[in-house]
Amino acid sequence: MSPLDFLADLTNPDLRFLPKALAVAMMSSIVCGVVGCYVVLRGMAFIGDAVAHAVFPGLAVAFVLSGNLIVGGTVAGVLTAVLIAVFSQGRRLKEDSVIGVFFVAAFALGVVIISRAPGYAGSLQQFLFGSIAGVPDRDLVVIAGTGLVVLTVLFLLHHGLVAVTLDREMARALGLRVFLHDLVLYVLVTLAVVMSVQTIGNVLVLALLVAPAATARLLTDRLGAMMVLAPVVGVVGATVGLYVSWSWDLPVGATIVLVLAAAFLLAWLAAPRHGVLAVLARGRERTPATRPGSAAVL
Amino acid sequence: MSAGLRVRGVEVDLGGRPVLRGLDLDLRPGELVGLIGPNGAGKTTLLRAILGLTRVRAGEVLIDGHPLRRRRAEIGYVPQRHEFAWDFPISVEQVVLTGRAGGLRPGRGPGVADWRAVDRALRLVAMTDLRRRPVGELSGGQRQRVLVARALALDPSVLLLDEPFTGLDLPTQESLLTMFTGLADGANGEARAVLMTTHDIGSALFACRRVVLLNRTVVATGTAAELRARPDAWSETFGVGVDSPFLRVLAAGVTV
Repeated sequence: MSPLDFLADLTNPDLRFLPKALAVAMMSSIVCGVVGCYVVLRGMAFIGDAVAHAVFPGLAVAFVLSGNLIVGGTVAGVLTAVLIAVFSQGRRLKEDSVIGVFFVAAFALGVVIISRAPGYAGSLQQFLFGSIAGVPDRDLVVIAGTGLVVLTVLFLLHHGLVAVTLDREMARALGLRVFLHDLVLYVLVTLAVVMSVQTIGNVLVLALLVAPAATARLLTDRLGAMMVLAPVVGVVGATVGLYVSWSWDLPVGATIVLVLAAAFLLAWLAAPRHGVLAVLARGRERTPATRPGSAAVL
Repeated sequence: MSAGLRVRGVEVDLGGRPVLRGLDLDLRPGELVGLIGPNGAGKTTLLRAILGLTRVRAGEVLIDGHPLRRRRAEIGYVPQRHEFAWDFPISVEQVVLTGRAGGLRPGRGPGVADWRAVDRALRLVAMTDLRRRPVGELSGGQRQRVLVARALALDPSVLLLDEPFTGLDLPTQESLLTMFTGLADGANGEARAVLMTTHDIGSALFACRRVVLLNRTVVATGTAAELRARPDAWSETFGVGVDSPFLRVLAAGVTV
């Protein structure tokens, strides 16, 4: 299918779910891209994964009760995020152990709940791996609103979040409320996950948080540039992924994730300063000064 | 109203264990004071107590005669270098700006006054030329200067340095020490009270106007000459015999 055919399908009134899926994927990519910068820079990928999985019991409860999935997911995700933040303030247990306990438990709870609902297998797959037709009309507005809230809060707290990420001890000495910043960041990650989960899927949404931001990190040494690049990478990846998935009839979430992973790989190889090729090239320039062939190995 | 830092009868417990007991310390503007003691003596804990980062069981900390919560901006803090996320994609000047993050209102960017303070702090540590460099590309000595500049961003009258020399070579240590002396003297402006924890006894005795020997409490305090004449105090602080090689070197006046 040519891109032109894809464009025609996007405007086809019989395929209304397609532009809707594209809109949601793009909004998710923008918000996840920006939030993802903090996730990557703070080494919070595991927390992102935890929250993504923890959203599941909320979705399951909402599904069983025929309630709003976004509300259900948000409640469960925020609850887990708060629990992680509280438990990880203590020194005895490392954060990752706390997360390991909570997120698997939450996920298991979700599986148990949804197993009680009729049509168990189909709905489970839709939650875990996303669906192109997964978003009802009324959720579009909610998703856009959620995204706007997340970006606004990030903008308002930017300086504090940077200070806390750089050096927690110093942030405390400056009188910043470190715990509050942690908590807000966890909740923002949760919201970014929840707004993306219906299209991308519970298991795959982590890639949307981490891959674009990690790609952007390889391309720049400036935080501002990184926070612009990450959502751009995400939006391009989501659009290309949706196109490929629609053309070849592939699962949409997985295809988007694969495209993003390919983008990351490309940046890892070819990034101007930190890419493997650039490092090798610099190594070769230096080689004559040292022992032949040694620089590339080092 | 007494200027500088005044610590009186401070006691701190960590995990139910007594770490500091009956600690008195005075620090006046213009002084560079070295804080020396063995590992676990409570050096970092004392700095954290002064900063209000750890609960003080008894005693008080006064800055220019006022309690900390009314004078927070008067204390600049330089934590140990490894506490900082050096792989963060951020430039030197942006890091220095975070030294003013406590005063920035949510959503409001830094103003003219903030950038002026950053300029000034960068000048004081001689890092103006590298202000746009990503911090990950700096050498150890330059990194230490950036952290000092960040602490100076609020133009504090008291500066607390935690192990500023760790992992740095001698020439770098020397140039930093010259800078710390200048910051205390007020060679480039106002005089400051500078308190520095260090394991480098030689530098401390050589450059500090006063040295404080700490082990749970202040064992002794005085000038280099005064303390050289007191092997008993060193012996008590470090738990070594009065005839240990360490004290003989010290007494011989050789800087270690």
